[in-house]
Amino acid sequence: MKDIYKILEERILVLDGAMGTMLQRHKFTEEDFRGERFKDWPHPLQGNNDLLSLTQPEAIAGVHRKYFAAGADIVETNTFSGTTIAMADYHMEDLVYELNYDSAKIAKAVADEFTAMEPDKPRFVAGSMGPTNKTASMSPDVNDPGFRAISFDELRIAYKLQAEALLDGGADILLVETIFDTLNAKAALFAIEEVKEERDIEVPIMVSGTITDASGRTLSGQTAEAFLISISHIPILSVGFNCALGADQLVPHLEVLSGRTEHAVSAHPNAGLPNAFGEYDESPEQMAEQIKEYVEKGLVNIVGGCCGTTPEHITAIAELVREYDPRRLRTESVSL
Amino acid sequence: MSEIEPKYLKLSGLEPLVVTPESNFINVGERTNVAGSAKFLRLIKEEKFEEALDVARHQVEGGAQIIDINMDDGLIDGKEAMVKFLNLVIAEPDIARVPIMIDSSKWEIIEAGLQVVQGKCVVNSISLKEGEEQFIRQAKLIKRYGAAVIVMAFDEVGQADNYDRRIEISKRSYDVLVGKVGFSPEDIIFDLNIFPVATGMEEHRRNALDFIDATRWVRENLPHCSVSGGVSNVSFSFRGNNPVREAMHSVFLYHAIKAGMNMGIVNPTMLEVYDDIPKDLLERVEDVILDRREDATERLLDFAESVVGKAKESKVDLSWRDDPLQERITRALVKGIDQYITEDVEEARAGANKPIEVIEGHLMTGMNVVGDLFGSGKMFLPQVVKSARVMKKAVAYLLPYIEEEKLLNPQVGDSEGAGKILMATVKGDVHDIGKNIVSVVLACNNYDIVDLGVMVPPEKIIAEAIANKVDIIGLSGLITPSLDEMVHLAKEMERKSFEVPLLIGGATTSKAHTAVKIDPQYSNAVVHVNDASRAVTVVGDLLQKESSPGYKKSIKADYEVFRDKFLNRGKQKEYKPIREARKNKFQIDWNSSEIVRPRQLGIQVIEEMDLQKLIDFIDWTPFFRSWELHGKYPAILTDEVVGEQATELFGDAQKMLEKVLREEQLKAQGIFGLFPANTINDDDIEVIVDDVIDQGAGEDRTAKKFVFHTLRQQLKRREGVADYALSDFIAPKESGKQDYIGCFCVTTGFGTAELAKVYEEELDDYSAIMIKALADRLAEAFAEFLHKEVRTGHWGYATNENLSNEDLIGESYKGIRPAPGYPACPDHLEKLTIWELLQVEERIGVKLTEGLAMWPAASVSGYYFGNAEARYFGLGKIKEDQVADFAQRKGIPMAKATKWLAPNIADE
Repeated sequence: MKDIYKILEERILVLDGAMGTMLQRHKFTEEDFRGERFKDWPHPLQGNNDLLSLTQPEAIAGVHRKYFAAGADIVETNTFSGTTIAMADYHMEDLVYELNYDSAKIAKAVADEFTAMEPDKPRFVAGSMGPTNKTASMSPDVNDPGFRAISFDELRIAYKLQAEALLDGGADILLVETIFDTLNAKAALFAIEEVKEERDIEVPIMVSGTITDASGRTLSGQTAEAFLISISHIPILSVGFNCALGADQLVPHLEVLSGRTEHAVSAHPNAGLPNAFGEYDESPEQMAEQIKEYVEKGLVNIVGGCCGTTPEHITAIAELVREYDPRRLRTESVSL
Repeated sequence: MSEIEPKYLKLSGLEPLVVTPESNFINVGERTNVAGSAKFLRLIKEEKFEEALDVARHQVEGGAQIIDINMDDGLIDGKEAMVKFLNLVIAEPDIARVPIMIDSSKWEIIEAGLQVVQGKCVVNSISLKEGEEQFIRQAKLIKRYGAAVIVMAFDEVGQADNYDRRIEISKRSYDVLVGKVGFSPEDIIFDLNIFPVATGMEEHRRNALDFIDATRWVRENLPHCSVSGGVSNVSFSFRGNNPVREAMHSVFLYHAIKAGMNMGIVNPTMLEVYDDIPKDLLERVEDVILDRREDATERLLDFAESVVGKAKESKVDLSWRDDPLQERITRALVKGIDQYITEDVEEARAGANKPIEVIEGHLMTGMNVVGDLFGSGKMFLPQVVKSARVMKKAVAYLLPYIEEEKLLNPQVGDSEGAGKILMATVKGDVHDIGKNIVSVVLACNNYDIVDLGVMVPPEKIIAEAIANKVDIIGLSGLITPSLDEMVHLAKEMERKSFEVPLLIGGATTSKAHTAVKIDPQYSNAVVHVNDASRAVTVVGDLLQKESSPGYKKSIKADYEVFRDKFLNRGKQKEYKPIREARKNKFQIDWNSSEIVRPRQLGIQVIEEMDLQKLIDFIDWTPFFRSWELHGKYPAILTDEVVGEQATELFGDAQKMLEKVLREEQLKAQGIFGLFPANTINDDDIEVIVDDVIDQGAGEDRTAKKFVFHTLRQQLKRREGVADYALSDFIAPKESGKQDYIGCFCVTTGFGTAELAKVYEEELDDYSAIMIKALADRLAEAFAEFLHKEVRTGHWGYATNENLSNEDLIGESYKGIRPAPGYPACPDHLEKLTIWELLQVEERIGVKLTEGLAMWPAASVSGYYFGNAEARYFGLGKIKEDQVADFAQRKGIPMAKATKWLAPNIADE
């Protein structure tokens, strides 16, 4: 298989779109989430999308297949909440290894199918590592700003388990994404470095933060550049932003990254901002039109979609970026 | 030409900080440092975090681009305080926008800090001080946590204090970090140690200049690195004179920044604008900083007096008396304040179920803090001894209550201490300062000490060890015969099937002697321990139930390896027969060499020496060393690490000295004699004693002959180097010239033991040790004083001599005063000859013990050699042939000679 670092110099890679949006189409019931195996689980399981890798593996494989068919080079495993911390909501901490392992395996099998069909366009699996539902540098209690619901070490241990399972299941890349507290991401990166050292392997790492609103900062208060500096100690494949904003709102922040990093830059924005019903209704054409600005300015190397995006959006994006050169890597001098 | 791609130090809080060549000097705020700000320390201790946050906010508003946070203080839980304060800082966007410098000497505090900050921090600091392995481990973790690092110019040898060492250490640190750890070079910030200038010490003159030059070197030779430092140190010697200090800071920064210093800790209120410094002051300050004139310091000092500085008024802060009880007790122990301890202990006792709980609870909690601080190098020996004084007072107060409690509840047994340790200075030896210090420090760590005192015969040590069921035996000694006593005791312990570990300490002991001579005699653990802080760890390891067997085994193995190495090394040395060595003696041309006839021949007694006259002759450096504070006087008083402690100790010493003088607590006496003498048979010196003590008295005048037997170097050395013996410095009889020799004994020790005993009864070990250490210094000063009197007066061969105290300590005078038992003449037996010759014991009361130690301990004896070519040398090892020859010359059995010369006899 061709080295992903090499391919990144040749063309813009396409990341898949939303998993959740696609799964919603199935309208799975509580029974569907439980499947045969968890029918007697003492806690409600509906909404635990990661669990579907075990109870509805065909549906998950189907989503991956659709995105690869739409032109994606990389799909993300169905493991956004696959940590002992996030799974505690469902009392499924003990299933975390299996969830991640199976999810990676499912995605890898589909990727291998497509690579076999089109050897010139190898497909990759990025193990998705979400932010968890707790923050290490913010207090959930406004009256007690010094309080923390989770520690660095708890996060590090949880992320380490997830990373190990994803790699065992066949993930090619690890994607630390939707970072709204940089400290959580640093714990994930710390854990990955430990795994790399223990196994004596190299793993391409994608890091993707989230600018939450028009303030232009992460939820934990960092500017795009401060965020970049805070995660640059680890050798990474790419750094970028995803979620929360539509494609056009991301432009100024991508410009910051693009101008200051030697690594690849990624973006997977939402399909616009949610409407009054909480739905994303930006059409594939509208989104592609905005992403055109990225590629015309040479801001990105990897682009895809987050909430509200579908295989149709990815098709439109894939068709667009094919015409453009990727952002130039290893810039000689970093402009300030 | 390939240009180096620019890599900039990039840090982040909520906002980025990128340090480029265009950036101005990066100012690190340091008011959020408990070590540097009394106010911040108080706020943290009182948990007034809101106000503590204001301190941080104030700094950021005032322009600090990074804030340094340090929670290293004995009275607070540094890790907890660091995490708590950082968590609060991070919740304040107007503070958290700048990067944070996590400052601690404890790795666990640094790591805890790194785990709660999302931005890219600076760790302050790491160094090669504890070796490369730990340095690499910490650097690797820092890299993984995503922080930049300050590297101190410090290595296993010590702190870099000149240009070459700064370069050597920074280069090595850089190579390890970049080459072995893969650390990004732009994330390395060197702290090249800013030390004070204008201290009056010759070796401090280049302190600022060396820093500036080293900074330039680092910036030119270690690509992408930054250089930082704490600027206020440079003006340390002008404390109290702010106008001069402010000018010094500005001048220093002006030049250091030009050389490439791009970041540092500067108090903005202590900084004058360079261009606003008055011309005359500027010139003098620059002369000092750049070491431009020989008399730069004097000129600035003179000028400084005209620049009026407002001295801070010092007031005793008693606000801590309002703290909670435990904090008061801990503080009293840590700070060594015994003033309030009984009232605090009474309060604790009133609130406790049983009086013993106060010891096990309140007091031990405090002593644990002391132990931790001492172990981590935050407290120094004199402080720990003061802590012990407070502890003893507290325990003494509680004892009656505990006894009463025992009567009420007889079924309750004694509380178990950590272990029982027997301490003794061996038979024939009287030196106990080191032993007492180790005892005190071990007692502080909750060990029971059975102190048998000095000159303890082996039977008594054995009997007491059995009777007291001790867990460890510690032996101490200062003179060489004590080494044999220790070997003997190890044999006895083996014979009696002892199993407890044996600790060996004292100035003449060594790991080599312990490994080669003592360890093989005893099948259980023998450990050489030469300082108090190590004693605590060693004893801890020996008595820890779980780890002890393994530790003992490893010690045994370690000593065996060491022994083998040592013996192998020893075998490579070659010696020449004594006959040949004599042919290669040190040659003085007796035809041209000047021999001065002493103005007064014969013996003189100094009945009552005025101690006041000795003060200026005191060499203080060994005094600090006896308290395990290392460094030269007076530089040690301003030393960055131990300066504060040294100053305090010195102050206490001065106070005690004053009292000793005022109340005439010590009595100094001396005796010396100057005699005609000639060398006979190469190595012996024949002395003619025409014994007249009181001039003019009608006593018998009978000339007696005495012989001093000297020893000659035998180790084969390079061609052209003589094999010295002291006899070479006296004209041989066959030269036909009449030569002269002197000998002496001085003491300042009468009264010491009694005073120490009073202090000990008052539970004041600190003063007990202090009086002995002072008496020792006075005795040395007396010897120095008398030598000068003899050179310039009584003998009179150096009438024009005019030497300062430093010159005296540096031994830059003509003639020598070697002492039996020391390197040039290690044979203690010669003391017997001096005693007989001068009638020392009869005339001034100084005795020799069976080990030939002098009693009182604070005594010095020796010879005077007046020849210009006489010099100090070390005898080194000698061979059997000389021992046999020596025994014959002295008329003693071979076995006796072997016993006394043992430490100097080369192994076959």
